[in-house]
Amino acid sequence: MILDSKIPQGPLAEKWTKHKFNVKLVNPANKRKYDVIVVGTGLAGASAAASLAELGYNVKAFCFQDSPRRAHSIAAQGGINAAKNYQNDGDSVYRLFYDTIKGGDYRAREGNVYRLAEVSVNIIDQCVAQGVPFAREYGGLLANRSFGGAQVSRTFYAKGQTGQQLLLGAYSALSRQVANGKVKLYPRTEMMDVVMIDGKARGIVTRNLVTGKIESHSAHAVLLCTGGYGNVFFLSTNAMGSNVTAAWRAHRKGAFFSNPSFTQIHPTCIPVSGDHQSKLTLMSESLRNDGRVWVPATVEIAEKLRKGQINANDIKEEDRDYYLERKYPSFGNLVPRDVASRNAKYVCDEGRGVNETGEAVFLDFRDAIKRDGRNVIEAKYGNLFDMYMQITGDNPYELPMMIYPAVHYTMGGLWVDYNLMTTIPGLYALGEANFSDHGANRLGASALMQGLADGYFVIPYTIGDYLAQNSAERISTDHPDFKKTEQEVTQRLQKLLSIKGEKTVDYFHKKLGKIMWEYCGMARTAQGLTKAKGMIKELKKEFWTNVNVLGANEELNLSLEKANRVSDFIELGELMVDDALHRNESCGGHFREEYQTPEGEALRDDENFAYVAAWEYKGEGQEEALNKEELVFENVKLTQRSYK
Amino acid sequence: MNLTLKIWRQKNSADKGALKEYKISNISEDMSFLEMLDVLNEELSEKGEDPVHFDHDCREGICGMCSLYIDGKPHGPQQTTTCQLHMRSFKDGDVITIEPWRAKSFPVLKDLVVDRSSFDRIIQAGGYVSVNTGGVPDANEIPISKSIADLAMDAAQCIGCGACVAACKNASAMLFTSAKISQLALLPQGQVERKVRAEKMVAQMDAEGFGACTNTGACEAECPKGISITNIARMNREYFSAIASSDNV
Repeated sequence: MILDSKIPQGPLAEKWTKHKFNVKLVNPANKRKYDVIVVGTGLAGASAAASLAELGYNVKAFCFQDSPRRAHSIAAQGGINAAKNYQNDGDSVYRLFYDTIKGGDYRAREGNVYRLAEVSVNIIDQCVAQGVPFAREYGGLLANRSFGGAQVSRTFYAKGQTGQQLLLGAYSALSRQVANGKVKLYPRTEMMDVVMIDGKARGIVTRNLVTGKIESHSAHAVLLCTGGYGNVFFLSTNAMGSNVTAAWRAHRKGAFFSNPSFTQIHPTCIPVSGDHQSKLTLMSESLRNDGRVWVPATVEIAEKLRKGQINANDIKEEDRDYYLERKYPSFGNLVPRDVASRNAKYVCDEGRGVNETGEAVFLDFRDAIKRDGRNVIEAKYGNLFDMYMQITGDNPYELPMMIYPAVHYTMGGLWVDYNLMTTIPGLYALGEANFSDHGANRLGASALMQGLADGYFVIPYTIGDYLAQNSAERISTDHPDFKKTEQEVTQRLQKLLSIKGEKTVDYFHKKLGKIMWEYCGMARTAQGLTKAKGMIKELKKEFWTNVNVLGANEELNLSLEKANRVSDFIELGELMVDDALHRNESCGGHFREEYQTPEGEALRDDENFAYVAAWEYKGEGQEEALNKEELVFENVKLTQRSYK
Repeated sequence: MNLTLKIWRQKNSADKGALKEYKISNISEDMSFLEMLDVLNEELSEKGEDPVHFDHDCREGICGMCSLYIDGKPHGPQQTTTCQLHMRSFKDGDVITIEPWRAKSFPVLKDLVVDRSSFDRIIQAGGYVSVNTGGVPDANEIPISKSIADLAMDAAQCIGCGACVAACKNASAMLFTSAKISQLALLPQGQVERKVRAEKMVAQMDAEGFGACTNTGACEAECPKGISITNIARMNREYFSAIASSDNV
C-alpha cells in the first residue's frame, strides 16, 4: 500500500495556511447533523471534544477514569513549549521547528512539525484566556524556563504542575459543552473495538466498567486520543490505567501502527526501590535547569557510597564526575532526554551508580542553593522536592536527589496523515496516540504542546474536510456490523474469564515488562531482540492457557479490565520487538548497540532508514507487513546530532 | 512489618457492606500504601478471592483518583494523597481500618470505590471561562500581578479527590467549590461571568446534597494539596455580593 501523508505542496511556512483554505467545510447549520466520538479525555481528547462541540458537532466523549479530569496528561510537570519569543532570545517558529526535528533525530515529518511550531503560539493564548494560571514575572507578564535540547527559554509553566493546569483548562472547556448539551460524557467506560461499516469507522463498542454492559455507539467519525503505551514495560511513569487497547484494536481493524519501538526513556525518575514497585515517578526535566548531574569519579568511591560508609556530601569536588557537563559543554545538563538517559546507563554500567542497587545517579542542587538561596529553589521546585521526600524519605535540600531513567513516553503510535487520519477512513488519532511529530525522540515540554495543538487547532479544520465529503445519514446501532462487533467483544471477554488458569494477570504483565526492559529498552541488540521475540510468543501462549481472571463480566471487575489490557500489551510487545529488530540503525530513543559512533552516540543510517515504518496487521498469528513512508527533508540538512 | 487490615467490602451499591479483616506480612516501609494493597490483592487473586477494589491511577499524587478513609482520616495520617502515603508511616503490628469516602453525595459503587460525578456537575454548572477555541487576545496582552497569579494558582491546585468532603462532618463540598470560584474570581479572565458563576456553582453544590460549612476547618487540615479555607471566605463574599445584585438564578 502506498502511504500518502497528504502533506500540502509549497513552501514550508505556507503549507498549513494553504491547507486550511483548501479543505472542505461543513456549513454551520449542517454541523449539528454530524456525530463525533472522542475516546480519551486528556489534553488531546478534551481539547478536541470541546472545540468540535463549540463548532456545533454532536460529541460523545469516553474515558475509563471516573472523571475526564483524571487523564494522565494531568501528571505532566515541567511545561509547554511555544515559539512566542517573549524573552527576546532569538526564538522563532522556525527555530522551534528545527529544534524539534533535530531533537527527534530526523525521523519526523517536516510539514507536521512546522505546523506544530506554528500553532504553539495560539495554545498559550487560548490557555491564558481560559484562566490557566501560568507563572508570571513581577511585571505581570508570563515567565519562561528552558528545557532540554533547546538554547532558548520558550517553556511556559505553572509551578511543577503544568499538565494539571492545562488539562483542567481543557476539562473546563469540555464541562462547558457538557452543560450546553453538545457533549455527552461517558466516564468509567472503556472502548473495546472500532466498528467498521463499508470500510469506514462508524462507531465503537464499549464496556461500562461499573456494570459490565457492552454497548454500541454510532457516529460519523471516531477520534482516538488514548495516549501512549509505555505500560507495556509494566514499570513506567504512566498512570496505572494507561493502556494500548483502543489503539491496538483499531490496529487489528486496519489502522497501521508506526515506529512502535520508538520509546522515550526519561532520564530523571526516582529509582526502583524493590520488587513491590508498581510504577515509577518522574522528577521533572525542569530540575536540570538548576540541578547538576554527577556520579563519583571512581568505582571505589561509588562502592563506599553504596555500602553507606560515606554520603554524597562527603565526596570532594575533584572526586565528582559531572559527566554531562564534561562530555557536552555547550548543552551540559540540558542535553536531550535520550542522550542523558544513555549516559546515566553508561556510568552505572561502569559501576559508578550511587544507590543500593547501583542503578542511580545524583541530581544535585547544592550549588544552585548556594547561588540563589533556598527560597528561590523552593519557589521553583518546592512541590517536586516534597514529592521526592515523600517517596524516598530523603531531603533533597540537604542531600542530592538520586535519579535513574525510566520509560516515560512513546513516540510511536497509530500512523496518521497530515489531517491526523489513520489508514482507516473516518478514524483519527491525536496526541501521544499518533506517531507524527516527535520522530525518534521527543523534546521536553513538547507533549503538552502536541496534544493541545492536535485537539484545539488541527482537528477542528481537518475533520470538516472528511465529513463534508460524507453523507450525514446516521447508522443505527442495530446494524449487523455493530451486533457482530459486540458479539466479538463479548466472546473475547468470556474467553478471558473461562481460562481459569493458575497465574494472576499481574504475573504476566510483570513478566512482559521485564522482557521489554531487558531487550527492548535503553539499548538493544539483534541477538537480544530475537530472543525476546521467542519469549513473548511463549508468554502469549501461556497467557491464553494459564491466566486466572476472577469474577464475572457483569460487575466492577479490576481483574478482567487488566487482563483485557495486558492481552493487547503482549501483542504490541511482539510488534515493538519486530520494529526494533528491523531498524538496523540507531536514532533517538532507539539505540541498537551495533550502530554507534566511536563516542557512543546514536549512529543513523539515513540512506536506508529515513522512513516511517508503518506496520499492517495481517491476522491472528501472522507476521505483520511493513509499509514505508519515505521522509522527505526539503528544509533541514540531516547531520549527526551534536550537543557538544 | 506485619499488619492487620480491616477493609470495607461491599459487592455493589445495593449491597449492605461490612468490614472484613485480613492479615498481611512482609510489608516493606518503602512501599506506598497502594502497593501494600497490591500485595494483598495479589495474594487474594492467587487464592481465587475477589481483590479489594479501590480507585487509583497516576500514583503521583496529582490525578485525584485515589481516595480511602484510613484510620478515620481521608488519605491517612499524612497530609498527602493515599498514593503518596508510604508504609514508613506505620509500624509492625498496626491494625489499619480502611473505608471508602463517607458522604451521601459520593455513593459507594464497590468496596472502596465511590461515585464522585457530583464534582463534575458542579464544574459543569460554571467552573469555566466561556471562551471558544480561537479568537482570543495575545497571552501577554493582560498583565496579571504575580501575587494574584500565585493566589489563583494556589486555588487551582485542587485535584478534586473529595478528601474535603470526606473529612467534613457535614460532608460539605465548599472547599472544592470555592477553590474553582476563587481561581476564576481572582483572574481578569474570570471577571465577566464572576457573579453568575458563583451563583450557579453554589446552587449545583446544594442540589447535589452536600452539607453546609460550619467552619471546623477539617477540610483544610486534610486537603492533600493544602487548599486554604480562605477560599471559602472568598466564595461566600462572591456569592453574597452576586445574589444581592443579580437575578441570574
